[in-house]
Parts: sequence; C-alpha cells; structure tokens
Amino acid sequence: MAHTAVHQASRGQTAAHAHAAEHHDQEGLKILGFWIFLVTDCLLFGTLFAAYVVLRTHTDGGPNGKELFEVPGFVAETFILLTSSFTSGLAALAMNQGKRNQLLGWLAVTALLGACFVGFEVSEFAKMAGEGATISRSAFLSAFFTLVGTHGLHVSLGLVWMTAIMLQLRRRGITAVTRRKVFVISLYWHFLDAVWIFLFTVVYLMGVM
Amino acid sequence: MLTKLKDFASTFFVTGDPLIYGADVAIVLTTIAIVFVLTYFKKWTWLWKEWLTSVDHKKIGIMYLIASLLMLFRGGVDALLMRTQLALPNIQFLQADHYNEIFTTHGTIMILFMAMPMMFALFNIVVPLQLGARDVAYPFLNALSFWLFFFGAMLFNLSFVIGGSPDAGWLSYPPLSEMSHSPGVGENFYIWGIQISGIGSLATGINFLVTILKMRAPGMKLMNMPLFSWSVLSTSVMIIFAFPILTITLALLFVDRFLGAHFFTMTAGGNPMMYVNLIWMWGHPEVYIVVIPAFGIYSEIVSTFSKKKIFGYKSMVFSMMIISVLSFFTWVHHFFTMGAGADVNTFFAISTMAIGIPTGVKIFNWLFTMFRGRIQLKQPMLWTLAFIPCFVVGGATGVMLAVAPADYQYHNSYFLIAHFHQVLIGGVVFGYLAGIYYWWPKMFGFKLDEKLGKWAFWTWNIGFYVCFMPQYALGFMGMTRRVYTYGWDMGWAPLNLVSSIGAFLMGIGFIFQVWQISYSIKYGERDTTGDPWNARTLEWSIPSPAPMYNFATVPHVSEQDAWWAEKQAREAGKRAAAAPALEPIHMPKNSGIPIIMAAFWFVAGFGFVFSWIWMAVAGLLGVAACLLARSFQYDTDYYIPVDEIKRTEASFGRGI
Amino acid sequence: MNLKPARKFLKAACAAFALCLAVFALSGCSGKFVVLDPQGPVAATQQRLIVLSAVLCAIVIIPVLAILVFIVWRYRDKPGNKAPYTPDWHDSKLLETIWWGIPIIIIGILGTYTARDTFALAKPPVSDTTPITVQVTSLDWKWLFTYPDQHIATVNYVQIPAGVPVRFQLTSDAPMNSFWVPQLGGQEYTMPGMAMQLWLQADKPGVYYGTGANFSGKDFAHMRFDVEAKPQAEFNQWVSSVKQTAPALTKSGYEQLVQPGTSEKTLYSSYPDGLFDDIVNKNGGMYMHHSSAPGEPGESSGTSATGATGTSGMTDMPGMNHH
Repeated sequence: MAHTAVHQASRGQTAAHAHAAEHHDQEGLKILGFWIFLVTDCLLFGTLFAAYVVLRTHTDGGPNGKELFEVPGFVAETFILLTSSFTSGLAALAMNQGKRNQLLGWLAVTALLGACFVGFEVSEFAKMAGEGATISRSAFLSAFFTLVGTHGLHVSLGLVWMTAIMLQLRRRGITAVTRRKVFVISLYWHFLDAVWIFLFTVVYLMGVM
Repeated sequence: MLTKLKDFASTFFVTGDPLIYGADVAIVLTTIAIVFVLTYFKKWTWLWKEWLTSVDHKKIGIMYLIASLLMLFRGGVDALLMRTQLALPNIQFLQADHYNEIFTTHGTIMILFMAMPMMFALFNIVVPLQLGARDVAYPFLNALSFWLFFFGAMLFNLSFVIGGSPDAGWLSYPPLSEMSHSPGVGENFYIWGIQISGIGSLATGINFLVTILKMRAPGMKLMNMPLFSWSVLSTSVMIIFAFPILTITLALLFVDRFLGAHFFTMTAGGNPMMYVNLIWMWGHPEVYIVVIPAFGIYSEIVSTFSKKKIFGYKSMVFSMMIISVLSFFTWVHHFFTMGAGADVNTFFAISTMAIGIPTGVKIFNWLFTMFRGRIQLKQPMLWTLAFIPCFVVGGATGVMLAVAPADYQYHNSYFLIAHFHQVLIGGVVFGYLAGIYYWWPKMFGFKLDEKLGKWAFWTWNIGFYVCFMPQYALGFMGMTRRVYTYGWDMGWAPLNLVSSIGAFLMGIGFIFQVWQISYSIKYGERDTTGDPWNARTLEWSIPSPAPMYNFATVPHVSEQDAWWAEKQAREAGKRAAAAPALEPIHMPKNSGIPIIMAAFWFVAGFGFVFSWIWMAVAGLLGVAACLLARSFQYDTDYYIPVDEIKRTEASFGRGI
Repeated sequence: MNLKPARKFLKAACAAFALCLAVFALSGCSGKFVVLDPQGPVAATQQRLIVLSAVLCAIVIIPVLAILVFIVWRYRDKPGNKAPYTPDWHDSKLLETIWWGIPIIIIGILGTYTARDTFALAKPPVSDTTPITVQVTSLDWKWLFTYPDQHIATVNYVQIPAGVPVRFQLTSDAPMNSFWVPQLGGQEYTMPGMAMQLWLQADKPGVYYGTGANFSGKDFAHMRFDVEAKPQAEFNQWVSSVKQTAPALTKSGYEQLVQPGTSEKTLYSSYPDGLFDDIVNKNGGMYMHHSSAPGEPGESSGTSATGATGTSGMTDMPGMNHH
C-alpha cells in the first residue's frame, strides 16, 4: 500500500523506540492468547475423553482394548513423546542462552522424535485396521480412533509448525518475535505431552487392565 | 455422458419447487447486479482495499452488521413461510419435507448466523472505543473470525439451492440426523456451515477476552469499566468454555456420517443420548452468550437516557457473572422428559430457577436507574422499555418451564416455542436493535429517523404480542412444535391465524426499518459533535464516525462513566479540553490472508459436504498455505505520522 | 411532546391486552385447553404446579410492570416536571437486599414444591387396583402398543381400563420421539435402546388425545393416536374380542411396520414373544447398565428401581430382569 511506505519513511527515532516497546507488549498479548487457546483445546480433548469413557464398553461383539492394545507399542510411543518434551525444554534453554544453532539442533531432535511418534501411531492404526478393527466396527473403536487420532493430528500439525519456525529462526535469528514463537510451540508441545499422559492412562492402561 | 450430467445436475441443484426456482432467479439477478455496479463504478479495488482486507474493528463490525441483517431477512422469510403454512388447517402451501427444511434453517440461521454476528458487530464497533483502545488485541485474527463466519454462513445458505437443506431441526438430534435417516447432503451443510463459523466465534471469544483484560485505557480498573464491556467479558468467557464442546459434537456427528463411525447411531453401540447432552452443554450457555450482551446494552442505554448513573453497578457485574457460571449447570432442563432421574431433574430444575434471581435483580436495577432520573424516550430507550415487560413475562414462563414435572406438559409444545421466542426476541433482538439505534451515529455519523423508527417499533411490538401470545395458549391446547400441518378437529385454527397475522406485522416492522435506514442515509440528522445522546462512556468522546486510529491521544480514566465525568468537570470550569502532545500511532496493516483462508475453508467444507475428497484436500492445503504465509510475514504493522493525525482531527473540527 | 409516546405506549399495551383477551375468549369456544383439563391424578398434580408457578410469577410480574409504568410516567423528561432528579444516586444496600431477597424466597418456595412433586411422580399413582403395563414403541411414523399381560398389540390406538394406573414402557425403533397424552399427564421421550417408564392413569372413561411430541422426520405431524379409557369389564371384553377377531402381528409383519410410512389404527391378536425386549436390546439396550453405573457388581436392578424418576424413569432393561 502506497501510504504505508510514506509512514515508514517518516518514522523518527522516538517512534522506533516506541516500536520496540510495543512489540514487546504484543508478544506478551499473543502468549496470553495462546494460553487461552490451550484452555479451549483442553475442553476439546475433555469432550473427546468423555465420549470415550461413555463408549468404552460398547464393543458390539467386536474386539476390546485388551485384545487390541500392544503394550510394547504404546509404551514406546509414550517414551518417545516424553523424551521429545524434554528435548523441547532443552531447546528453550538454549534459546535463553542465545545459542541459535543449539536451539535449532534441539528443535530438530524434538521434531524427529515427534515424527517417530506419529509413525508408530500410524502403523498401530494400520495394523488394527488390517485386523478388521476399523472406526466403523463399533462405538468403542469410533471413540478410540477419534480420540487418539485427534491427538496424533495435533502432533502432526505441530511438526509442520515447528519446521516453519526453524526456517524463520535460521533466517532471522533469535528476536523478540521468533523467541515468542519458540515459546508458544514449546507450550503446545508440552500440552500435547500432558494430553498423552491422560490418553496413556485412560485409554491404554485402563484398556489392557 | 449427457444423461450422466443431467442426473448429476438434478441431484446437485434443488429442483421441483417453484419457490426455489424463484430464489434461484433472485440470487442470479442480485449477483449480476452487484457485479455490474461494482464494475461500472470501478469499485472493485476500493472494495478490496477498504473492506475485504481491512483489519479495522469498526469496518469489521459494520460488515458483521450487514451480514446479520441479511440473515435476519432470510430467517424472517423462513418464519413467514412457516406462519403462512400454519395459518389455517390442511394448507397445501408447503409439503412436509420443505416445511422441515424451513424450520431447521430458520432456527439455525436466527441463532448462529443472525444473533451471533449481530452480537459480534456490536462487540467490534463498541468495545475498543469504550475501553479507549486503538483496536482489539488481535486485529488479524478478528478479520479472520469475520470471514470464517461469513463463508460458514454462505456454505449453510447455499444448501437450499444446491444439494438440499438440512431438515432434522436446528440441533440435528441423531439418529434422525445420521446417514440412516438423513442420507442427503443437508446435514453435511449444517455441520460444516456451523463448524467453519464456529471456529471464528471461538477466536472472537479469545480476542475480546484478551482485549478487555489487557487493552483498557490507563486508569480504567475493571470495576470502572462500562457495563457493556463487562457483558462482553462475561460472554467471551462463556464462548471459550462452550464452543469447543460444539466443535467436537459436530465433528463426531460428521465422523459418524462420513466414516461410518458409531458415536450416535442406533446400531453398533452408538449412544444418541450422548449427543443430546453434549449439544445442550453448548446450547444452553449459547442462549446466555447471546442475551448477556443485550443486558449490557440495556444498562448503557438506561443510564444514558435517564441521565443518571447506573443503579447498583456492582450487583450488575456480579449478577452477569453468576448467570454465566450457572448457565453451564442447567443444560438438562432441555430434556427433563428423557427421565434422567428425580434427583437429577430436581437439581437442574432448581439451578434453572436460580438463574431467575440474578436476572430479576438486573430488572430492578434498571428500574431504579430510571427512578429519579429524566427519561428521554428516544428510539434506543423505546426498545429498552419494550424489552422489560416482554422479558419479565418471558422469564416468568421460563421459570414455569423449569418446574420439572410441569415441563412434562410444556415440553415440545407451542408453550415452549412462545417462551423462547419471547426471551430471544424480547431479550436479544430488542437489545441488539436498541444497541444498533444507539451506536448507529458512532458507526455512520448520522442518526436513524425517529418517525419511521416509531412505526417500526410499534409494528414490531404489536406484531410480537399478536404472534406469540396465542402460541402459549396453543401449547395448552396440545399443539406440538414442528408439525407442518394440523386438522380442524383440535380447534387450533383461530389462534394460529392470529399468530400468523402477528408474524406478518413483525415483517412489516422490518420493512419499516429497511425504509428507515435508506431514508436516513440521505436525510438522517447528522452527528457533528460525536456525542449525539449526551452519553457517558468513552466512545462518545471522539468524533462520529470514529477516525481509523480511534483516539488521537489515549485517554486517562479515573472513574466510572469517564466521559460524563469529563463533561461535568469541563462544565464546572475545572478542566479544559486537554491537548497532550501527539505521537505517531502504531497500527496493524491490512491483509488479504483472512478472506482467502476463509474461502479455502469454504472450498474444503464444500468438498466434505459432497464427499469430494480431492476438493476437501485442496481446500485444507490452501488453508495450511495461508497459515504458513502468515507465519512468515513479519512486516505486519505501520505508524500513522503526527501530521496525518492532525489533519484528520482538523477535518472533524478538532484542532489539537 | 415527550408525553405522547408514553401515552401511546399505554394505549397500545391496553389494546394488545384487550386483543389477547378477546382471542382467548374466542378460541375458548372452539379449542380445548387439554393441558388444563386433567383427567387423571398425574395430570392433576402437574396442573396444580402449573397454576402455582403461574401465581408465584404473577406476584413478581404485576408489581414490576406497575412500577415500570409509574417510573416511566413520573420521571419522563419534559420541561417543568417537578419530580425529584438525583443524577448521582446509584446505591442502596437496603433496596438491593430486598430484590435479591424476594426472588430467592419465591424460587425457594417453587423449588420445594418442584422437588416434592418430581419425586412423587416417579412413583405409581396411589391406587388399590393392580397396575397394568403397556409397552410403547415409536416407529416411523406410527405408534405400536403391545400389552405384555394381555398379549395383544395395537397401532395408533391404545385402550386402557379407567381408574387403573398404567405403567407405560417406552422405546423407539426409529429416531427418538415423545409420548404425550396431555389430559392424563406429561410426556416422556421414546428413545432407541432405552426402556423408559411413564405412569399415567385415567380416572374416568373417555377418549383422550395423544400425540408424538418430538420431531422425528417427514410424517411426524401425523403421529396422532387416541387413548380410550373404558371400565375394566369393557376393557376385558375388548381384549378378548381383539384376540378372537384381529390378525396376528408376525415377525415379518413387524418388519413391514417398521418401514417408513403412516398407518391407520390397527389391532393385532398377538405379537412375537419378547418383541419389546428385542427392540430395546438391538438398539443398544444391552449397554445401558454398563454406562449407568460402571464397576458396581449386581447393580442391574438397583439403579433403576430407586432412580425411578421424573414422572417416570429409566426402567430395568427388560432383558436384564432375569439377572
């Protein structure tokens, strides 16, 4: 837009100073907004959990959790995701020390672990489907695939998002804006980790017990 | 090939009904006319730059308002079609299927695509100005919310000419809404239309909560905040807690329909009752989401037009907060008759009645704001005064409905229909109309004509009582909702006829309002002062319509009714109009991404409606591309220099 | 000038009220207020509650409306209005206590009666006669009634003995509906996979209007039925004549009946054994006790017997009665 260029050209020293301060405020606002978004996401998962709990026993003569869930598989998934949460913490630590390359490295490890997690989950789903335990087999399986799948979808989206942030970090280094972005994605990542712990308990542990 | 194409067309387009063919022609002609006018007057660039890509909360508000008025028209036409069909027994005007589609779309549109956007229109136009802010917390997200609503509404509205409308009621209870009983695409339109606009509503809730918590003018404590802003705070919290439930509920219904899952089916262990619980866990807060802002509007108007401080400010805040909490604990009263158990029903009966307490307190506080005031019967105040008796009666019938055993007799009858129309029209619509009349000069710089407004007011109001009072009686006569026809045997004919006459009177009221707006654009009284009502809050301290940056200098606030206090101080000669130094103003840049992203959502939604996976995937990829494009965008704001602010202020006659 | 709208408002309000009255009077001649014309103990209790709640609400509404009219009249903004004007008066602990208090008291009274009657109506009406059971299945778009004790079945018509409590068991083999006979008592939903229970009783012989109340698709408007109450002896006669003259409802006959469509009033001399239980179970009835009280061993009859409910309640799953 033409008039924008004019404004920016005429921007003075004080304005630039104010600009930095306002940016700081804005980054804070965005972080607050993200926290509230996480509240809504919590409710979203809460509703899915409720549906799962109601339908847990509605197997319609089909397989139940005990027959389907394989302990080594979901324990491995849990281990991978928990580790990735830890590495994303290390990434934040590196960022606070201003070490960009270290930050990028830990983010890469986190993303890689996330991708492994998704890979495990996809193969778990594929195996179940291959045995005839599909989403349309019973209400229990509908609830299972939807709940676990929604979590997996969240992780997958997080991977794309994390990659985008890594590209921005490479291009721009650690600035107020990229710092906020890294902070937000690590919040998101820890949140997904917490959701998984509930999944692990309510779906898998209670399923095989 | 040709026959295949013909087969496709005959299912893709809705055929066979002359009413629909008429609508087809009207849609095509209107579209052509709009395109022609925009091209002829070379307005495309203007439209794109000034409106479609705008992130200015005032312009977004106006777009919400226009869209909601169009939806009011559509929902209103639906209502008149129904009332025509029911005017007399055994009328053959609408067939059962068509009638079922119409009452479904009427309800969905009125709540989700009329009341919600009209509410968001007022949020957008008023809240930042009342708070002394330059914009909302997230202007880009705000634009995105609007466009998501808009394209969601378009997708829903498309259904009556393409594919067929949903016809399972405005809450689409399964198993009726499942593939087993609704194999057409109508329910998919319902799901995706609401889903897409619902994401926008959720984002708006977050946006306004943060705006109110973080963007208030320096010195404005929460307990000094205008009551409309308080009502928005309370509603935003409810949106944040309620809308995720809606998102999941509809998503699960879609998974059932699209992937053959069994959440709510009759077979394979599905549980339809779960849907009913979930949808009302959203649905009940939803009606408070739309009514609480109306309470905020009434508070502003009563105080302004009684020229008196609001009575019991703290009670007003407290009662709104109680209502928003209680609203999450009453959902079962929508299905007492599903027999959840005497203990459960008793709990929900009493929690529902309890909402009457804070609501009653609000009524008394409004009354005593007027007491020993000086009441001016301007249009906004007229609607407010009409609201009180209407809502008091509607609230009372609500308390009657809350008596669980008695509800076994009211449920699903016209008594219920009359009740919720009385609170939704008398409470919500009257409130929003009052708000529109009140803030209209702030939006457009002129008042709406009083005389035409009075005609509209009286036809609306008389029409309302003529339409809905008989429906209470029809409920006692055993007439159930959603019947498309009835016979002579039950003696329902006279009251139905009266009710239909009332509905048409309300329609005439709406026509008066359209006339009033068109007349006032040219002849309406111009507002040159920025404060046409001698009002009390900050939005009236700036010119009308507000300049794009709202406040040339950020106001400092130290008490409730900040602008009134300022005026008093100036009158007493204690304070001159202050003129602090101007600084460049930081503003967000316009962006085309919101409208494009929402358009991609529309494409994806349309693909899902018809199970065209390629189209759905393409749409979702487009959405992802837009998100990434935004993420990589760093140059998103600019500064308005001091001399431009000076020029703008001077053009309003305000030299600084 | 400012007086005019207020006067107009009053006039219009009076006119609207008069019109309403006229309409009510007029319609009184032709229509019948079935809800307010109870013909059995359940409906009578409900009618009493309706009247009580209406009176309690009126106690609040009428003064509020009077105060509104008075205030708007007295404090209207016109030159020379002598009424006091106190622009900054905005607080009175006493007044606010009063109007937090009044609704609390009223809701307290109403809440107490509501709780009492909600629990009371969960039980069968007090009577020294043995109740009979009628099973109700809502279909697309007709009502099937089966009599487990008499072993006959009817469609869109149900006959009951007068003065005898009737335990209606409700389910659906189609989208949910609601079973409503206003003169005998309130409605209750019929839902697939559930067997609900609704106690009704007709005190006198007569024909009562019954209808489906919850929208269930295309021909929902035609889901009307008559409830005919007859003296016990005549009822018994009717049962035996149905047994002798009417055709039997077979399994395939039921399959026909389930198909979407409307139906005339029909009588059947018998129906397949366990039909109602089968309908409930095949639509998810077998899961009901799992979700209602998971983990409680042997709860199958406990929950529902005590949780009997509203005017009604979820009964035992019929299939589980043998547990």
